[in-house]
Amino acid sequence: MTDAETPYVAGPARRPVDRDALRTRIPGWGADLDPADRPSYPREVYDPAVTGAHWDLPEAQPELRPRERSVEHARLTPVFGTSAPLHGASGAVRRLAYRRFSEGRAAHWFLLLLGDRVDAVESHVRSLASRRPDDPVTETGVLAEARAHGIASRRGRVDVRHQVLDPVVVAGPWVAAVGAGAWAVRALVRRARR
Amino acid sequence: MRAMTYRGPYKVRVDEKPEPVIEHPNDAVVRVTRAAICGSDLHLYHGMMPDTRVGHTFGHEFVGVVEEVGPSVRNLSVGDRVMVPFNIYCGSCFFCARGLYSNCHNVNPNATAVGGIYGYSHTTGGYDGGQAQYVRVPFADVGPSVVPDWLHPEDALLCTDALATGYFGAQLAEIAEGDVVVVLGAGPVGLFAARSAWLMGASRVIVVDHLDYRLAKAREFAFAETLNFTEVDDVVLHLKKATDWLGADRVIDAVGAEADGNLLQHVTGAKLKLQAGSPVALNWAIDAVRKGGTVSVMGAYGPLFTSVKFGDAVNKGLTLRMNQAPVKRQWPRLLEHVRAGYLTPRDIVTHRVPLEDVAEGYHIFSAKLDGCIKPVIVVDED
Ligand SMILES: NC(=O)c1ccc[n+]([C@@H]2O[C@H](COP(=O)([O-])OP(=O)(O)OC[C@H]3O[C@@H](n4cnc5c(N)ncnc54)[C@H](O)[C@@H]3O)[C@@H](O)[C@H]2O)c1
Ligand SMILES: [Zn+2]
Ligand SMILES: [Zn+2]
Repeated sequence: MTDAETPYVAGPARRPVDRDALRTRIPGWGADLDPADRPSYPREVYDPAVTGAHWDLPEAQPELRPRERSVEHARLTPVFGTSAPLHGASGAVRRLAYRRFSEGRAAHWFLLLLGDRVDAVESHVRSLASRRPDDPVTETGVLAEARAHGIASRRGRVDVRHQVLDPVVVAGPWVAAVGAGAWAVRALVRRARR
Repeated sequence: MRAMTYRGPYKVRVDEKPEPVIEHPNDAVVRVTRAAICGSDLHLYHGMMPDTRVGHTFGHEFVGVVEEVGPSVRNLSVGDRVMVPFNIYCGSCFFCARGLYSNCHNVNPNATAVGGIYGYSHTTGGYDGGQAQYVRVPFADVGPSVVPDWLHPEDALLCTDALATGYFGAQLAEIAEGDVVVVLGAGPVGLFAARSAWLMGASRVIVVDHLDYRLAKAREFAFAETLNFTEVDDVVLHLKKATDWLGADRVIDAVGAEADGNLLQHVTGAKLKLQAGSPVALNWAIDAVRKGGTVSVMGAYGPLFTSVKFGDAVNKGLTLRMNQAPVKRQWPRLLEHVRAGYLTPRDIVTHRVPLEDVAEGYHIFSAKLDGCIKPVIVVDED
């Protein structure tokens, strides 16, 4: 803007503002001007009575099946989610991550990510034997492209450069699995011929 | 019941699932009427969040009607219309007792480094979320509130995450009267943070993104100046010049782990998962803020390491502030502002999709098609 001297000289203690002009332009300008009167100030306010809790320690939710937990917890938390219990090979990988490594270790998180990839492959394979096999067309939502103006919406955008990688992320494990399968078959065939 | 389920990266569908039951005396079961898809859901959808299991139902932004309550529930009754904060929290642990509701220690066995969140992988506790006909709501006496009669259901919906988070982000930025505030990201969180910055006394608000349609919204909805970062070759330098060579007093990162602007960072973080996301926006924040200034981080990052320019933050004497938003702490004030017309949350909703079309809703929001800013899933009548 200017070749102003601002940072090189002291300037006023506070930037002058035209409160009236701002209030006219912006609904509610300055309604929370006082930092001490903002809802999360200060960050910590000790007040156990205010939350609605009527217990010191919540009753324990029954642990109907063994529940994995971080080794940084001294005990199972009184309440926990039961969305998708561990199972299969992915379950073994995830169980190892929880049992063996604290959250401070990269191995903990890399194993959990590995578990996720194994889970996806396991589940896709299992779905092929079910009455509702995975359908990459409907499940990726790409059928919305036409209605949502896929081409026009992307024109000139930077993120298009890596959006082309999305199908690779989706299909990558499959291509790898098929490739590994083909290689194994070829190796077997070659060995049988010998 | 019908519920959105995760099938692997970039794949979701609607499945038939058993209805949730009361698993703890202070649980409630809520019949969901409206749920939203949040920018955070995209990190799960893209397979970036460790321990995201196939079959898991996402959704941490929802409103509905109480269907059933456990024996120890006192504050809610069947039939109440409720808004439910995205945080699951006990209200009584060391952290909850101090107001750190998003950092509860009693609800997430899977990790101590993050609290409980609905429908947000096992890393935040393994709770199914609200993009379904019914959802289990633990600690019904602590989290949910009855929706006031005058409040529009979609405004209530946005109070449960996006609005509360944007407003909280502006608060953490420690804005003082006259401050120049830069907001990185013009998604729902960035738009609400920009709008909230004015309430706290900002004299200028500059919103940065690369999506022109979102920047147009930032000008019209958040009264902000805007910058399309693809139109300048050095964002930080541009922002320095735009702030009289000083830098912004406060910068808010409302982008998070999937930031664009550096292909290498994006591909190693968001696609290959070699780091906990792409810290492009966070690094811009650190470099564009003035010395002694504050960076408020609302963008979400994974639990692994990222390549953050920490030396700059040290040498510039910055204050870095961040958290998952403790949603309910913001509500009394937010409701006042909504009622007064200072905040108009549902103005940003662009898409309303039935639950059965959830896969297309995710795709449109993820790929930023069709002018999408905030998609709402219409699950049921109120
Ligand atoms: N802390 C919390 O409590 C909390 C709560 C909700 C959401 N979040 C996080 O906030 C972030 C934003 O959420 P949202 O719903 O607005 O998501 P969104 O995906 O709609 O918005 C992100 C925006 O950032 C833009 N962007 C990408 N790279 C950028 C860059 N380098 N500079 C500037 N802008 C860039 C994108 O184009 C997009 O418009 C996400 O990371 C989400 O996980 C945190
Ligand atoms: Zn969210
Ligand atoms: Zn707690």
